[in-house]
Amino acid sequence: MDSDLLLPRAEGLYCPAGDFFIDPMLPVARAVVTHAHGDHARAGSALYHVASAGASLMRERLGATATIQTYDYGERFTLGDTVLSLHPSGHVLGAAQVRIEGRGKVAVVSGDYKRDPDPTCAAFEPVPCDVFVTESTFGLPIYRWPPMSDVIDDMLAWWADGAERGIPSVLFCYALGKAQRMLAELATRTERTVYLHGAMIRLVEDYREAGVRMVPTEAVSDTAKGRDFAGELILAPPSAAGAPWMKRFSKASTGFASGWMQVRGARRRRGYDRGFIVSDHADWPGLIRSVEDCGAKRIYVTHGDGEALIRYLRERGHDARALRSLGQMPDVRASEEGD
Amino acid sequence: MRRFAALYDALDRTASTSAKRDAMATYFAEAPAKDAAWAVYVLGGGKLKRTATSTELRAALAAETGYAEWLIDESYAHVGDLAETIALMLPRHGAENADTPLHIWMEARLPSLSRLESTERRETVREWWRELPAHQVFLVNKLLTGSLRVGVSHRLVVQAIAHFTTLPTDLIAHRLSGTWKPSAEAFRKLAGPEREDEHAGERPYPFFLASPLEQAVERLGPLSDWLAEWKWDGIRAQLMRRGDDAILWSRGEERLDGRFPELEAAARALPDGCVIDGEILAWDAEKAQPMVFASLQKRIGKLKPGPRLLADAPVRLMAYDLLECEGQDLREVPLGERRALLEGLFERCRPQGWLPEDGLARSDVFMLSPAVVAASWDELTASRGESRQRHTEGLMLKRLDSPYRVGRKRGDWWKWKVDPYTIDAVLLYAQPGHGRRSGLFTDYTFGVWDGEALVPVAKAYSGLDDTEIGRLDRWIRANTIDRFGPVRSVTPTHVFELAFEAIQASGRHKAGVAVRFPRILRWRTDLAIKDADRLDDLRRLASG
Repeated sequence: MDSDLLLPRAEGLYCPAGDFFIDPMLPVARAVVTHAHGDHARAGSALYHVASAGASLMRERLGATATIQTYDYGERFTLGDTVLSLHPSGHVLGAAQVRIEGRGKVAVVSGDYKRDPDPTCAAFEPVPCDVFVTESTFGLPIYRWPPMSDVIDDMLAWWADGAERGIPSVLFCYALGKAQRMLAELATRTERTVYLHGAMIRLVEDYREAGVRMVPTEAVSDTAKGRDFAGELILAPPSAAGAPWMKRFSKASTGFASGWMQVRGARRRRGYDRGFIVSDHADWPGLIRSVEDCGAKRIYVTHGDGEALIRYLRERGHDARALRSLGQMPDVRASEEGD
Repeated sequence: MRRFAALYDALDRTASTSAKRDAMATYFAEAPAKDAAWAVYVLGGGKLKRTATSTELRAALAAETGYAEWLIDESYAHVGDLAETIALMLPRHGAENADTPLHIWMEARLPSLSRLESTERRETVREWWRELPAHQVFLVNKLLTGSLRVGVSHRLVVQAIAHFTTLPTDLIAHRLSGTWKPSAEAFRKLAGPEREDEHAGERPYPFFLASPLEQAVERLGPLSDWLAEWKWDGIRAQLMRRGDDAILWSRGEERLDGRFPELEAAARALPDGCVIDGEILAWDAEKAQPMVFASLQKRIGKLKPGPRLLADAPVRLMAYDLLECEGQDLREVPLGERRALLEGLFERCRPQGWLPEDGLARSDVFMLSPAVVAASWDELTASRGESRQRHTEGLMLKRLDSPYRVGRKRGDWWKWKVDPYTIDAVLLYAQPGHGRRSGLFTDYTFGVWDGEALVPVAKAYSGLDDTEIGRLDRWIRANTIDRFGPVRSVTPTHVFELAFEAIQASGRHKAGVAVRFPRILRWRTDLAIKDADRLDDLRRLASG
């Protein structure tokens, strides 16, 4: 693959000209990390290059002793024979696309991205390039995100219904990114306090410090013992579903905010009462649009069921390929924070 | 339609039966009678004649979106439901407030499609899609293809109507049984006060269904309180003799007119005003036991069986209950007395031509289900051991002082089936499931050894829990050898213990045997594929 610029290796995607890895899965000497989700930011590497907007989140993920260099979006820096810059990907706070210029070519590794507006992070910026590496988490035309205002209408109606029935409403969503986005979107409509699972507290604080406006929050653990949560909205990570922690919310109605909730079967399978279609990944139109916006001659598709996207792009005249087909790169992106 | 779509969403969202019942009751109370009538029909599992095929819908979707066929197929494989795939793939939807009434859809719009040429039909469907919001697109597609499943039982619909009308559930069940034709008038009658002649007419009584016995049989109390019968493996049916008619109803409350002429002919010898509950069985007159279920299966699909089939698979009705005699509803009479009346009926009728004269069968077309007599539970348990030899599924236990109830009420009727057969088989193929399991590989094909090769012998869908399904799904994706459309073949690695109810020699199956009701008992992680069973063992079971 344009092998001077990018090469899949067991540790992750490698740039030989710059001697660095992007989102390595194993410890390496130099890592450029696109965003702070656990399946992209892993501790143990000697040196990290990240976007400054996400620095505090990275610090939590990579540990107090990690060596982290930060760059503003668009700021150019040199690694080996390459010139790099980081550009907003619109995924979560501080998420970046990596632009690599070297050997007469420009490659952009998008990391995870979305095109929908999100009050908690800078919007995706199309970066012209020769080679574009795109994700394809939701790489089928059945995935089209509804307008956020409709989703918030639904969510508020669900919360109000819980209040009327005197039960708590527990919304499961990923602790980094999705939770803050929901709190920020809710803030456009209400000033009521929302209660948080412990895993979200620090991350919400990080977002507040970054200047993101959200509804008031309180930790569930800070409330008095035996507090009745009837009529309240509580946010918790999906791992809390079915855990003893849930016992205090007796008879709660449960919801899940995720792109997977688009499909009825997935909704029913997970057993939540309600599914809210909200994703921090690009939907199908978003993927196609991004490929076209960047004008790349060659497209590489990473994790997810990318086969359909690749075939579709090829039929539309793009030179699209699976990143995996080039070398031994394990396709092990956990979906833990994958949507 | 908007109100009905909202009801559908509400039902789809909750797993709580009381919430479902309340949502339906509210709908029935608020919707206009002509729409409510169709809602009763649809919720109860009623379907219109299919007015468009899934191939036509795919073609319409391709025309509307410009997407290639393969991409539509790929998306469908992921979603597991064509109606939903279409709703999701359409780039634009109509306004939320689109509201053509349900009865217009059911009585005018959908039926009108069948009168159109295929091109016009496609254009009409596309216009509807453009007019409707996504969840109505989904519903209309489901109604078009006759594949709407709402996830409420017939019984729950009955309860919801009972709830809203404050009438007893068995009355509603009775009013709904048989061919209930939806109309505003029919709905008003359904919801109206009780009348004198409610039991009359052509409607069957709602069936009483047995529950599986899950406790030790001794805990049922003294054996003398119970009637034990064989559990026959046929089609449950109600035979009604009223006026000049002899009508046969299936448990699904479908009329079986013309399908079993030998039963209809023989029923003429029954006295007027008499209803028998029993089991239709294929039975060779020369034999002491019924034919295997597969023989009866040939008859089930045939609307008008020919002489050859009538000779190959003659049927009988094994009578086990009498619900009406001389026009009297006997359902409140204790089983012991009903049984005596049934025996009396057999005594009276036998000499007067129970043997039909047209030579259809040389022996009784009607049989009285024999009581399995035992002195103790132990002795009865021993008798149960003969079930397989007798081509039955086990025993039925019915409380002698119980009335004939409605639906699956636990306590008075138990089915005490024999333990299933089990085999250890190897996973060979997998394909994605539907509905709740869409997008996951949950439909498995298993094989056993035939010499050095593994041959497929059973397909099974149920028996694994969600964690196991997830684990197996990931393994299948990582260990696919080949793809045939949605089906993947996998490296033979995993062994599963399967249970099934019966096994028969079959010319239609590659392995030469067919198993009935296969399901997964356990994932045998302790076994290697060499430990799986051999086809010869299965053949022995089939011939034994």
